[in-house]
Order: sequence, then structure tokens, then C-alpha cells
Amino acid sequence: MAMFPEARPVERFRPLEWLRENLFSSPLNGALTIVALVIIYWLVVPTVQWAIVNAVWTGGSREACLGEGAGACWPFITNRIGLILYGFYDDGERWRPILTFALLVAGILWLTLPRLPRKMLVAVLMVTIYPVVAYCLLTGGLGLGVVPTSRWGGLLLTMVVAVTGILLSLPLGILLALGRRSDLPVVRIASVIFIEFWRGVPLVTVLFMASYMLPLFAPQGVTVDKLLRALIAVALFNSAYMAEVVRGGLQAVAKGQQEAATALGLGYWQSNTLIILPQALRLAIPNIVSTFIGIFKDTTLVSIIGFFDLLGIIQSGTSDSHWASPSTAFTGYLFAAAVFWVFCFSMSRYSRHMERVLNAGERR
Amino acid sequence: MTDAAVSPGSAKTPWWRSRRVRGLIVQAVLLAAIAFALAGLVRHVMSEQGASGFSFLNTTAGFDIIQHLVPYSETSTYGRVLLVGLLNTLLVAVLGIVFATILGFAIGIGQLSSNWLVAKLCVSYVELLRNVPLLLQIFFWYFAVLRALPGPRESFNPIADVFINNRGVYVPRPEAAPEFVWVGAAFLVGVVGAFWLRGWARDRRELTGQRFNTLPAASALVVLPPLLVGALTGFPLSFSFPELEGFNFVGGLVIIPELIALVVALSAYTATYIAEAVRAGISGVAGGQREAALALGLTRGQMLRLVVVPQAMRQIVPPLTSQYLNLTKNSSLAVAIAYPDLVSIFAGTTLNQSGHEVEVIAITMGVYLSLSLITSALMNWYNARIALTER
Repeated sequence: MAMFPEARPVERFRPLEWLRENLFSSPLNGALTIVALVIIYWLVVPTVQWAIVNAVWTGGSREACLGEGAGACWPFITNRIGLILYGFYDDGERWRPILTFALLVAGILWLTLPRLPRKMLVAVLMVTIYPVVAYCLLTGGLGLGVVPTSRWGGLLLTMVVAVTGILLSLPLGILLALGRRSDLPVVRIASVIFIEFWRGVPLVTVLFMASYMLPLFAPQGVTVDKLLRALIAVALFNSAYMAEVVRGGLQAVAKGQQEAATALGLGYWQSNTLIILPQALRLAIPNIVSTFIGIFKDTTLVSIIGFFDLLGIIQSGTSDSHWASPSTAFTGYLFAAAVFWVFCFSMSRYSRHMERVLNAGERR
Repeated sequence: MTDAAVSPGSAKTPWWRSRRVRGLIVQAVLLAAIAFALAGLVRHVMSEQGASGFSFLNTTAGFDIIQHLVPYSETSTYGRVLLVGLLNTLLVAVLGIVFATILGFAIGIGQLSSNWLVAKLCVSYVELLRNVPLLLQIFFWYFAVLRALPGPRESFNPIADVFINNRGVYVPRPEAAPEFVWVGAAFLVGVVGAFWLRGWARDRRELTGQRFNTLPAASALVVLPPLLVGALTGFPLSFSFPELEGFNFVGGLVIIPELIALVVALSAYTATYIAEAVRAGISGVAGGQREAALALGLTRGQMLRLVVVPQAMRQIVPPLTSQYLNLTKNSSLAVAIAYPDLVSIFAGTTLNQSGHEVEVIAITMGVYLSLSLITSALMNWYNARIALTER
């Protein structure tokens, strides 16, 4: 073939041939195709009819959605969209979460889109300055009205928990992964116990512990904000998972790299920050993003300890008598699922893309 | 460090730059920090709860639990609550693991199907369910589907004596007479016999090359002895059937909607991860292995059973282990729909009633830690058994 490239037949798409090869190559395959078609028909047609064709689009209360054969109750979402996005955040101050979110999106786009310059500087700004700016914008102070964290909710709270979880767990995880590979026995054993402990218990119990037990660790007379306690719990819990992901990356770095760094006279921190970690983190990017996705999905668990995150606020809305109808809960869950799906799916696509880019570099 | 005047290892290195001294200092500081945090905890526990301890486990709980696998009543102790919760957690975990494994393997293999439509359907399943939070899926199955079913009087009745309504699924409950023990014993003997037969057939094949189809004989060994003993003892198994009385069903076995929602959501969600592990494991087997198997004259079925699956399992088992562990830990989301698992009735109700926060949370975490350690020990043992034996 390689010798006569011009002899290669022109591939043309032939629908019938494609059908025969891919769907009806044998009687069993034909039967499977028909079963699959039936399943798709069963799932897709009623869903589309319910969510779009027969859906109720306008209205102000449950009455609109009680009609015979009525589908999704979209007014349940549209009428409460402020609540779903910001929780009980003061109406007049909603530009603050919007600005915070816009800055976040801008930063992420800068970091992920290829060809934009100064990625390192932006990354450092996002990790150091951005959290401070976001904190001041959201909680207030410095001339802005104070909005207590108890009023935060909806997608805003989900994003706060997810972003702080992600920002805190990555550096903590890197430290723990280095600690687990350390020569110092106390550091190594402490890291192993820390990592295995958090990985062995469910997040729900950790959140329970944060709401009941963290106050016991704090010095007397100090009350820690309820949200801050949950954030610490989420960060500590996920740092253990992050540590294992980073450790995988560290193990994949060739041993000669460490030896070369030592031979050059670099110390522990210099060789790690300049030689080992950049390679290890690059290798671990796909798994790090998977952990991010896990953190994002796990934010829903804060609703169990009484926060009104995106899922919590929708869940509490479904039992509101003003909106009670047979399709209210379905509509709320469908909306929440769609929001989470968009976030998680785009992150997983990005991770696949990075995997391909990195592999392409390796194959060279 | 790069300063040329102080070259590493030279006798002039000041003591504070020696690796050994620095290591000791770092470790001492870390130990002090850990001790400080623990001391803070101990001090608070001592000062706030003088009568602290585990004796509360012997106090009467005084609340009812909707599902208990061991006898339990309102007069039982908190210790009993712990046991009931643990068993309920294990029930969900075991059921979830079984269904998630079956579904996950089916979908993982389906993703590699040569049938375009089946492959796309399986890929969509994984992408759709994996990217939606588990808690949301549990809420969906529980609140939107199961609690929205009609009441007992309008129950669905898909097959005789099975009723589905918003209080759960009612099925006939088998009730064994004391003689049933013998039937069970006969069944065990049959199973042991079947395993012995398999070993004998394998040894003979390896010695003489003669084949022996074990399936009919083994099935007969498993099925016939219990049937025979059952007939001799007069079939000591009866059924209690669910019947509608007034507004609710009596008799029969009720599977509560909380359990169904939890098992369905956990297995559907975990199956997506298992499917990915299975897909990666199977596509990780080198293509040459298949070609070699076919060249040796193995049939497609033999190729899969003897060549592909054993090699794929080596890659599948480690991620499978962590998924089993995740499923067990995720079963704690039961608390959100009030399924009476360990977290819900022990770390929830018991903690609120008794006020022994530190002890209750320590016990709960200890139980999950032990479950995790036991599961990974079992799976490590299995993994070592199927691992590649090299020279």
C-alpha cells in the first residue's frame, strides 16, 4: 500500500453498505439493533414530548401545570430563577456574584484556550489574587454591604464550594503526595495516615464531623463560620484524593530526572518545583480534572447538612405548596441535572482533549 | 544552595544547612503541630462532656426503625441501633455492588460492540449518568418516581401477588419451617460436590486430554439434592402473601422505596465507572493476543474466555476495587432520603438524641474505615491470585 499511494481506492460513503456492516452484520447483530432502536424510542420520544411538546412554559403558580396531560412545569424554574442562581443573596447586590463569576470564567478561558500569552502569570493571579477579590466581592466590606454566608445559596453556593474545594485541595494534595514519598519517617507516616483516613470515610460523615466536631478543635471562644467549616471539610477530604492522583504523576516521572537534578546541585524544593512537579502535574492533568469533576458533583452533599445549594434549593422548592404538581419534581431535577451535566461534561471533554495533546507529545 | 563557597558535603557546611538536622527539625515541628491539634480536641471533650464515654451504647434508643434485618424495637439500645444501621448499610452495599457489576460489565462490553447503535447507546449511558451528581439521581428515583406512585389501594399488580405502590414493593415472603435446615444442608453438599466435580474434570483433562462436560452433572448436583430432601421432609417452605386490608397491605415482604431508590441510583451511577474500567481493560489486551488465539484454532467464545478475559481482568480489578469502595461509602447518601443506614440512624438520630458527638462520629468513621480496609484486603487477595505470574 505504502508503495503505491495512488492505487488506494477512493473511500466513498455508501449508506446501505454502512448499515449492513455496522448494524446488520449477523442475525444477532440485527436483533441487537432492533432492541436498541426500541429502547431509544421508549426513552427519547416520551422525554421530548414531556419536556418540550407538552410542556407548560408560562404561568405564575401550580394551576398552570395541573392541566390534563401537561408536561414539564417550566414556570417553576423561570419564576424562581433568582433563587436558584443566588439563593437568598440580596436582590440589589446580585451584580457582585455575577462579576465574581465573570472573572472566574475569564480566567479559566485564558488558561484553557491555546495561543493566549502569559498563562503562568494568569495562573498565579487566579490562585492568589482572585480568591481575595472573590471573597471581598461576595462577603462585602471595603465599602460594600455585608452579605452573611447564611444568605448565599443556589448555583452561587455550588460554585463557591466547588471552586474553593478545587483551589485548596490541589496545593494540599501536592504537599501530601510529596510527604508520602518523603525520606523523613514522621512526615511520610503522617501523610499516609492522613490520606488513607480521608479516603476511607464517606464525605457525608466528614461534613457531619465539620458541623459537630470542628468547633471542638478551635480555640475556646472562637466561632467558625458554618460555611467555612464545610469548605474546610471539602478541601481536606478532596486533598487526600488529589494526593493520590499527584502521586501517580510523580511515579510516572523517570528516576533519571531526580538524579539529574541532584547531580546539578538542586536541593529538595528546587528539584521538585523546577524539575519533578512540572512533569508530574502535566502527566496527571487528566486525573486531576476527573477529581475536579468529582468535587463539583460532591458539592451537592452540603445540602444534607442544611445548605441550600443548587440541588438543595430545587429540592426545597418541590415541596412548596405553591408549586406542587405531578411534574414539579421532575422539572426541577431535570433542570439541575442539565446544569451539572453541562459543567461536568465540558470538564471531561477538556480532560480528554488534554490527554490527546499530551499523548501526541509523548509519541513524537 | 548554588553558592559556590558552600559545596555540598564539605566540612564547612554549617549545621543548620545539613540535611539531617533540617529533617529532624521538620519532623519535630510536624509532631508538635499534630500533638497541639489532638490536645485541643481532648481538652474540649474533657471540659464539655464530663461524663463522656461509650456507655451510652447501652441506653434505650426509644425510636422505631422502618427496616431492620435483626430483631429491633423501641426498647432496644443505641448499640443495637448501630448494628441495625450497619446491616442496612451492608445490605445496600452488597445489592448495589451486584447490580452495578452486572450492569457495568454489560455496558462496558457494549461500548466495544461492533454494532454501531449498541456502542453509541452504551457510550451515551455512561456520559449521561456519570456527569450528574449521585445525590440528584437518588432524589430523582425516590421523590420523583417512587414516592409519586399511586397509594396502596391503586397499586400496580404486574404479576400475581406482587404489588407496587408508594409504600414500596410487596412480594410473597418465604417462611421456612425448622426442617428447612436440612434442605439448606443438602444444597450446600450439592454445591461442594459440584466444585469437586469441576476440579476432578480439570485434573483428568490435563492428565489424559479427555473432556468432560461438567455443566449438566454440576447443575444436577446443585438442584437435585435439595429437591429430594425437600420432598422427603414434605416441602417445609410456605409463603406469606401480601393482602390489602383497609388502607394498607398486611403480610408478605415489603421492600421499602428508600432501599429501591438507593440501590437503583447507586448501581446505575457506579455502573458507569465500572463500564469505563471494563472498556479500558478489554481494549488494553493487545490485538496480537486475539490473532494468536484465533490462529491456534480457538473459537471466538474460547478466545474471549481463555485469552481476553483473564488478561483484561488484571487491568479491571484495581479500578473495580475502588468503585466497590466508592459505592459502599456513597451508600451513606441514604441519610438524604432517610433510608435507615449507619449514617442516618446512628450518626443522625442517635447523635442528636444522645449528644455524644465525638464518640458517635468516631464510631461511624471507624466502621467505614474498617469496611474499606476489609474490602480492599479481599480485592487485593483476588488481585494477587489473578496477577501475572512471572518467572
